[in-house]
Amino acid sequence: MDLFDILLSASFWAAAIRIASPLIFATLGELICERAGVLNLGIEGIMVAGAFAGWIAVWAGLPLWGGVAVAMLTGMMLGLVHSILSVPFGLSQHVVGIGLTLLATSLTFYTYRVVLPEVSSPPKITAFQPYEIPLLSDLPLVGPALFSQTPLTYAGFILAALTALVLYRTPLGLAVRAAGENPAAVAAQGLSVTAIRMGAVIVGSGFMAVGGAFLTLSAFDSFFFDMVNGRGWICIALVVFGAWKPGKAVMGAILFAAFDALQIRLQQTGIGAVVPYQVFLMLPYFLSILALVVMSRRAEIPAALMVPFNKGER
Amino acid sequence: MRLEPIAAPSPARRIVPPLLALLATFAVATLLALIAGGYPFAVFGLIVKGAFGSKFALLETLNSATPLIFTGLAIAVAFRAKLWNIGAEAQLYAGAVLTVVLGTGALGLPAYLMLPLCAIAAMFAGATLLLGPALLKTRLGVDEVVTTLLFNFIFLLFVSYLLEGPLKDPMGMGWPKSARLLPEARLPRLVEGLRLHWGFGLALIAALLVWVINTRTTLGYEMRAVGQNAEAAGFAGIPVTKVILKTALLSGGLAGLAGFSEVSGLKGALTLDLSPGFGYTGIVVAMLALLHPLGVVVAALFVAAIFVGADSMSRAAGVPSYIADIMLASALLFMVLAILLTKFRVRRD
Repeated sequence: MDLFDILLSASFWAAAIRIASPLIFATLGELICERAGVLNLGIEGIMVAGAFAGWIAVWAGLPLWGGVAVAMLTGMMLGLVHSILSVPFGLSQHVVGIGLTLLATSLTFYTYRVVLPEVSSPPKITAFQPYEIPLLSDLPLVGPALFSQTPLTYAGFILAALTALVLYRTPLGLAVRAAGENPAAVAAQGLSVTAIRMGAVIVGSGFMAVGGAFLTLSAFDSFFFDMVNGRGWICIALVVFGAWKPGKAVMGAILFAAFDALQIRLQQTGIGAVVPYQVFLMLPYFLSILALVVMSRRAEIPAALMVPFNKGER
Repeated sequence: MRLEPIAAPSPARRIVPPLLALLATFAVATLLALIAGGYPFAVFGLIVKGAFGSKFALLETLNSATPLIFTGLAIAVAFRAKLWNIGAEAQLYAGAVLTVVLGTGALGLPAYLMLPLCAIAAMFAGATLLLGPALLKTRLGVDEVVTTLLFNFIFLLFVSYLLEGPLKDPMGMGWPKSARLLPEARLPRLVEGLRLHWGFGLALIAALLVWVINTRTTLGYEMRAVGQNAEAAGFAGIPVTKVILKTALLSGGLAGLAGFSEVSGLKGALTLDLSPGFGYTGIVVAMLALLHPLGVVVAALFVAAIFVGADSMSRAAGVPSYIADIMLASALLFMVLAILLTKFRVRRD
């Protein structure tokens, strides 16, 4: 199978959309945080916690959407921790984020061992099944790729549209964007920068956790320790690549996922017989760095990103 | 609420919040131990016993503290200049790789040159690995947190390739493992008969050297100035870019030494589980030490004691050893908050 065949196959694009889905949720979450002026490096740990929380909730008997809700709440709680430390106290967002990732990851692993002390391999759940949207799924190429996904993938695209709508078409979105560009102006309007930023971090963290839960509830049907595997860090790069805009970020996630799907398929071709498989696995990370480098000059960073706001201080 | 700087903090102001942070950490651990069905005092007792209870335990703690001193120093040096090096894990492995290449006799070095050259090569490898992200930061303004983090994944895959390919031990029964170092490439024991290697001694020396650099040299002063306010430092005539690059070399070099010390002092060969996250734990060590190089030694011993102690506690009490990781992560978060509260007063408005 050569490159051309791969790129024209529906199964390839279906895989790309599937791989993109958790990234879309988490990238949107990070984007909301950063738009309000807070870099959330807790993302990797929040995704791990979300993956576990959603899965264990379903394993304990909740329906799948209940699992998604539990993951979201878990992420929001972790987001609350981040936002208290990073917003009113204005602590270093780098340190708080890395600390939160370490905390969320270790809490997850601890809980896993407490809940499932004796298991050698984690139990499986019945994950979300693909749902073929009538008529649309019959379209050639696009049908099987876009419209035969699991409900959680559709939810990701709806969420992206909603995020864009709220950010650009509502007073709330304006307030969030202004908190990340010119917090003093927001305060002058009588709005609380602290409340806006905390809210953005809490909601954004909830989205990240759902991104994690996609892995256990839709992409796979079980939880593994190294499951998230740097996806959170990749999402941080995707936010930059998407120039802090939801639509571009989603396109970036799909493009990135397409490369990921491609490297998996290339491993099985003649190239894969010559090039060590590790090189293929490195590609997504290299691609993220490349995206950061290419976009670094062009992107318009929110002016007050990583700048704590203390009222009464000019 | 808003924060109001305190002009002259009283001694109580400076001591009470950090103490409360430690208490809060133990409160979290107590709660978790209870959830897991352990008796908190028994759990803490077992942790202390596991870390210090016997000569063997104590030496194990000192050995475990060694790489953490190196990575803690690496992070402390970088963070002090606000260079966010989260890639100490990869830099450690880079140091380990070059140590293995030279130490298995690739260059046929004379015995008396072996150890110094391995150490220098390890520093070079670690420093080179951080130089890339540092250049991307200074030249293009790319955030080094993400690049150094991503490099951790890339470099571990590279090590995995090396261990299955060029560096694979032909006698290794198919395991991804390097050949063992030559005897002259092994760090000797610190005291004959005790299971503690010279890596620990080197780590102490390194801490002392970093302390001297920080307090007694122009570079130390410049790194601090760049960390406090890069713009002002540039305005005052400090070559900010150069200082950041020098910081990167020093930080990466120290992390590389951690890899050298682990391979040459402890393991004798390279495997993919050489470091269970020493690079990340170094961040906690450095923060608990308030980025002070001598404090790093104390913090590394504390952190190593919790890890070693929790490991043996876990076997005895059935409480998962991840409790150690949770304690450290919460200690980090509580401590940064506590330090803020030593300098600022919280006012309601």
